[in-house]
Amino acid sequence: MTAYPMTACSLVANRVSAGYGDTDILRGLDLAVPPGKITAIVGANACGKSTLLRTMSRLISPRQGQVLLDGKSIHRIPSRELARTLGLLPQSPVAPEGITVADLVSRGRHPHQGLFSRWTRKDDEAVAAALVATKTVALAERPVDELSGGQRQRVWIAMALAQQTEILLLDEPTTFLDISHQIEVLDLLTDLNRARGTTVVMVLHDLNLAARYADHLVAMAGGRLHVSGKPEDVLTEQHVREVFGLESRIIVDPTSGRPIMLPIGRHRMVTEQVSTIPPAG
Amino acid sequence: MLLSPTLDSIIDNRRRRARRRSLVIGVLAVLLVAMFALTLLLGQSFTPPEDVIRVLLGEQVAGASFTVGQLRLPRAVLSILAGLSFGLGGVAFQIMLRNPLASPDIIGISSGASAAAVFAIVVLSLKGPLVSVIAVAAGLGVALLVYALSFRNGVAGMRLILVGIGVSAMLDSFIAYVLSRAPAWTLQEAMRWLTGSVNGAQLSDALPLVLAVVAFGGLLASRARDLDALKLGDDTAAALGVGVVRTRVMVIVAAVGMIASATAVAGPIAFVAFLSGPIAARIMENNGSLLIPSALIGAMLVLAGDYCGQFLLPSRYPVGVVTGALGAPYLIFLIVRANRTANSP
Amino acid sequence: MTAGRTEASARAPVPERSRRARGLSLAALVAILAALCALSVAIGTRAIPWADIVAALENQVLGGQVDNIGQAAVAVRIPRTLLALLAGAALGLAGAIMQGVTRNPLADPGILGVNMGASLAVAVGIAWFDISSAHAYIVAAILGAGVSAVFVYVIGSLGRGGATPLKLALAGAATSVAFSSLVIAVVLPRADIAGGVRSWQIGGVGGATFDRIFHVLPFLAAGFAIGLLSARRLNSLALGDELAAGLGERVAMARAVAALGAVLLCGATTAICGPIGFLGLVVPHLGRLLVGVDHRWLLPFSALGGACLLLAADIVGRIIARPAELDVGIVTAFVGAPVFIWMVRRQRVHEL
Repeated sequence: MTAYPMTACSLVANRVSAGYGDTDILRGLDLAVPPGKITAIVGANACGKSTLLRTMSRLISPRQGQVLLDGKSIHRIPSRELARTLGLLPQSPVAPEGITVADLVSRGRHPHQGLFSRWTRKDDEAVAAALVATKTVALAERPVDELSGGQRQRVWIAMALAQQTEILLLDEPTTFLDISHQIEVLDLLTDLNRARGTTVVMVLHDLNLAARYADHLVAMAGGRLHVSGKPEDVLTEQHVREVFGLESRIIVDPTSGRPIMLPIGRHRMVTEQVSTIPPAG
Repeated sequence: MLLSPTLDSIIDNRRRRARRRSLVIGVLAVLLVAMFALTLLLGQSFTPPEDVIRVLLGEQVAGASFTVGQLRLPRAVLSILAGLSFGLGGVAFQIMLRNPLASPDIIGISSGASAAAVFAIVVLSLKGPLVSVIAVAAGLGVALLVYALSFRNGVAGMRLILVGIGVSAMLDSFIAYVLSRAPAWTLQEAMRWLTGSVNGAQLSDALPLVLAVVAFGGLLASRARDLDALKLGDDTAAALGVGVVRTRVMVIVAAVGMIASATAVAGPIAFVAFLSGPIAARIMENNGSLLIPSALIGAMLVLAGDYCGQFLLPSRYPVGVVTGALGAPYLIFLIVRANRTANSP
Repeated sequence: MTAGRTEASARAPVPERSRRARGLSLAALVAILAALCALSVAIGTRAIPWADIVAALENQVLGGQVDNIGQAAVAVRIPRTLLALLAGAALGLAGAIMQGVTRNPLADPGILGVNMGASLAVAVGIAWFDISSAHAYIVAAILGAGVSAVFVYVIGSLGRGGATPLKLALAGAATSVAFSSLVIAVVLPRADIAGGVRSWQIGGVGGATFDRIFHVLPFLAAGFAIGLLSARRLNSLALGDELAAGLGERVAMARAVAALGAVLLCGATTAICGPIGFLGLVVPHLGRLLVGVDHRWLLPFSALGGACLLLAADIVGRIIARPAELDVGIVTAFVGAPVFIWMVRRQRVHEL
């Protein structure tokens, strides 16, 4: 767990305010992404998780503050060069109709190609490696639209892998997947992180999965970083209350040793029943 | 582990696809040349190939110089150039906006160029290259207008298409009005601006079009790879290092430039811009960029449509009526099919 | 229980003041309409003194002699005014019905391709079947309108999500383009009728005569009756098919009857005026702003408003292009298309 390559790039958000139209969704947010580790971002709906990811990958320009890659503002880096270091998988990417898996994955090589440069063996190798890593070799010649949700997500990740970036940002890579596929995707990202030292930053909805797979957990609230650190320090009853407005209990997962959050509602408690609706009759 | 067999099969597949792509494009080009030859050889009467060649070489041939040199050749050349322009411009828009319905003839750009050309010719009594320049300017203006009107927290393809339909309704009304006010209003002229036609083509008309195809086509070709990446959506394309806005602007300028130049000469030949891309996509089966194939298809559509309209139908129709009648059922089919597929609205 | 509650809420909570406001706006509309009728008779490409206008009106009623060219001009304007009034009312009402039937804010006889369908049917009738009587024109137009309405609706409602505004508008636009191409293809070879190509592409009320109006009147009357009587059904349909069925409405039947009314109205109108677009789109939206979404108010309002708007458009068309005239179809396109665009902008993307 300790032998991360130290070559990884650093990605830092510095007092970033950003949003759409006139409203700021991020309000002076600070975040330092630990290089070579898996960072998961959690938070309530509309707290700015996706906006943060989009700002860090230059899809949105911050109104104030800046995002630094190795100390250099990402807005000063030419777009292709940036795309060779920093990859992003958007929340719901669009696959062109009828495109095959191999073709889609090879699109990941776009930033490595110049205006007139030809496709090289290095490109082929990157595509092959991405297919192997994501176990999508058998699907290579199939059209993407025929695949199941889990397969499709693996293919998109393969495309991002073919891009061979040191940092990979993923916006809710597990949405619309059933639980086994969610685990599969998260395991794959962990493999990637262990094998290549890729820095992974992902927005996740599921707190427990985030706590289990992340080295570094970031909780956001109201466009700011609320708390960040090791999962066992971040996923506490108090923080869940502050970030989600939810009472909960935290126990320790016997498998991973990571914290698990159990929500406490108003019903189905062993001790008492609280109801706000008057009984019928 | 599995890497080396995978690598081999990937390289194999890629080479196979590249070969297939060259083959298909080659066949399309040969077909186009064959059609071009046919239209030169065979009209109301048959002209022997040697006569045609001599006319092309600039000799005076009794009986052939006029029919081939003055009638058939300008018509065929103009058809090909207009078709190339419509095919390229159309597919560029369709790729950029990720919607086959977002072609310049549906979202009002052709109508804008046509309206400007009609205005310049009928009201301002202008001729020649100036008309093309005005048409290009108007086409860009309409593109800008439609884009601006559909801008609300980013442009949504669907909103843009509907706004374009509204704008083109107004422009079509304008064209109809100007035509009705024209002093020497002939049905022939009206047809050109309502549906597009290459009747009365002259080689001198072709020059501005050649320039437009070279300049704007070159610009488009230089953005081909970025344009292709836009198919993956703006976010993914940006993540792959594509300057989305810059690519868009350049593609719009190039595509509108071509569409408008062609419209200024031949009118808004119905549905060629709309049809070429999807036909090319079907033929190419997702094998590389669609720009060249759909340019070839566009040229063939206009050439064949004009030939049908002249000689193969019970009475003479301008090419736009033929392509319009051809394109409309396809448009409906496309809507039906788009409705069936799950992921696109 | 659900039915009872809705029934009650439909009747009871209309505040007295808003009822009065609706009544007032309806009365105001009638007054505007009367004023526009007067203007339409008085204003034209030729300026005519009031005395002649009055004389001409007397002639029309009493059957006297036409004394001068001014009176003759007015004699032409009277049927034209009547036609604009009827056509406007028909299109406005048809638009309101179509928006109700399809629950689609972008529905309009022009956008849905129904007008072009009627045009095509008439063109085919003339070119291929040698129809020549006004009666046959109208029947052909209504058939064409009906067929294309069904056609567009079927295309637009295939696939997921049923007939969304986007799909219907696209299907309608596609059909319109297709049909207008076909109209040219049908008409062009026939030199004898080709001169009229333009009149199948742009609508106008210029060539109105009492005779032609008389022919179309029964169809319009039937359309108005069916349309206005379906107000209550459209109110139930507005709640969604499932809820309407839950309220005891026979949904398919209600739709079909109301749509029949709309088809009669725009088919008959197109038969004598040619395709006039965007009127049916704009008027019901103005109506909703002024009298609300209750179809018992909205439908009459749309009819009156349509009549006002078409009359106004016709008057404008006569004034701005003096000494020539601007076809009313062009004016409505220039007024209506911006409204269409504005509405498209208002819609949220996922609703399109």
